[in-house]
Amino acid sequence: MNVAVAIRLMPKMGDELEVDESGTDIDRELVDLAINEFDDQALEEAVLLKESTGATVTAVGLRSDGVDEALRLAYARGADRLVVVESGESDTYDSRTGALAFAEAFRQLEPDLVLTGVQTPTDVFGQTAPYLAASLGWPQANVVVGVTLADGTARVVQEYSGGRLAVLGLDLPAIVGVQSASSPPRYVAMARLRQAMTEASIETLNVSVDAPAVPSSVVSLARPTPEAQATMLDGDAEEIAAKLVEVLRERGALTG
Amino acid sequence: MGDVLAYLESPVNDRLLGFARPLANAAGGDLVALLAGAEPETKNVSAADVALEAAHPALSPYLPEAHQAVLEAAINDVSPDLVVLENTTAGLDLGAAAAAATGRPFVGYCVELAVEDGEARSVSGIYGGQLHATANTRLPAVFAINSVALHDAPPAAGRGERAELAPPAKLEGLRTSFVEPVEQPDEGVDLTKADRIVCVGRGIGSKENIEIAEELAEALDAEMGASRPVVDSGWLPKVRQVGKSGAHVTPKLYLSLGVSGAPEHVEGMQGAELIVAVNTDPGAAIFHIAHYGVVADLFDVADELTNLLGE
Repeated sequence: MNVAVAIRLMPKMGDELEVDESGTDIDRELVDLAINEFDDQALEEAVLLKESTGATVTAVGLRSDGVDEALRLAYARGADRLVVVESGESDTYDSRTGALAFAEAFRQLEPDLVLTGVQTPTDVFGQTAPYLAASLGWPQANVVVGVTLADGTARVVQEYSGGRLAVLGLDLPAIVGVQSASSPPRYVAMARLRQAMTEASIETLNVSVDAPAVPSSVVSLARPTPEAQATMLDGDAEEIAAKLVEVLRERGALTG
Repeated sequence: MGDVLAYLESPVNDRLLGFARPLANAAGGDLVALLAGAEPETKNVSAADVALEAAHPALSPYLPEAHQAVLEAAINDVSPDLVVLENTTAGLDLGAAAAAATGRPFVGYCVELAVEDGEARSVSGIYGGQLHATANTRLPAVFAINSVALHDAPPAAGRGERAELAPPAKLEGLRTSFVEPVEQPDEGVDLTKADRIVCVGRGIGSKENIEIAEELAEALDAEMGASRPVVDSGWLPKVRQVGKSGAHVTPKLYLSLGVSGAPEHVEGMQGAELIVAVNTDPGAAIFHIAHYGVVADLFDVADELTNLLGE
């Protein structure tokens, strides 16, 4: 059983972002890149499948700055095989072309199951999993919070609004957009990471993508114009706390 | 003729029709509601001009592959200028997939959408709602609308006609199946009934730091809540999650510590009576929904507040 994980690099979530001079992208000089948080969950789920079934895990990334380090981190976390896909430059927002490059790679790698994060911060023109499903003609499910393998099918737990859950069965090969792994991504000790940096070897896969012209374009990127803004309380922590208690009392939000 | 096709989930909520009506007016066509199920619901669709019903046993309960086949068939049948879905699980399953299968572009995370001169202009909330991307898209196209952009005001009535969509042949050869719903254990926590909630977000930083928020929650006689990244990191149990895939809460007081205010989170807490947010980023989206905001280190503020309330 071969499980592939599609990994994308994204600005670290929680970091403050600025818009660059073009007005359509973030200022990339200022951000640290990391594995997309949902891809990180997908990677963890793949490694859990390896531990429970003996599956082989292949981590796949598209050529970009930092992809080698990200794949080596995946190796340290339990991936067996690392593949960088050479597909040429692509636009930040052109998630469809990126997905088509992944799809071409998976045609060659022939995994039984592809896991990837349910979304990224930049896939405004479409998420990777449904594009992969459409391109490869494989079944898919998204917003998945657990995967098991049995009798040539994947059983996935899909999550709906309000946290409701249901189990679906997918014939393999299939594509799964993971929201969270069955257990939180594991911590990797520095020694293990250093070992992975020297030990892991990365294969290169050349693909050519015949992407359709994109009839959409981002024309501006900006901080949202707030419809409303909170009343801001300032001062040092002690003063702020005193003001907050006063507000809570006035608004009847405290007990007693 | 610029029709708008709205994919409606079961149970049907007409908020998406309210959102789509101005688009149908601007595009000069009908607002068509697609209803897919074993027995499609016909309640709450009077705001559509045409309720297009697809009935087949494979469509209930929800199965992505089956609904995708029906949505594609409906798009081919209606040839709409715009297809709209809500950005829910079904929206993520079906939106980009149906767009690719029918040769249309897709735009997700929309919080605004307008049609002008045959083009759509959309605004999408990205980077967890930190930034808004404005995009121009040639029609026809498919759009997924963030739930926070949908409003409860009852939409104007449409013509209210009904039509049937023949079940597509693909429904007979599905490679996926609905296995079972997952029964969830009652863990004795019901955030929807809490009067006060202290909610921690990514800014709390580590599992060890949760204690600082718990002390404040105790001083306030509040329940602990958490945003998705905190739950996904295993720092608090799932039953504490507030937002799209957690509890939708309406407490008297919602005090957030280190919550950025991603649209998925806001969806679950915007009904709180009094919202107080503490975050180090003055541009955090949570300050657009909060009544009172504090730009400061959450640990300092939480400690001082706990002390003061304990006096």
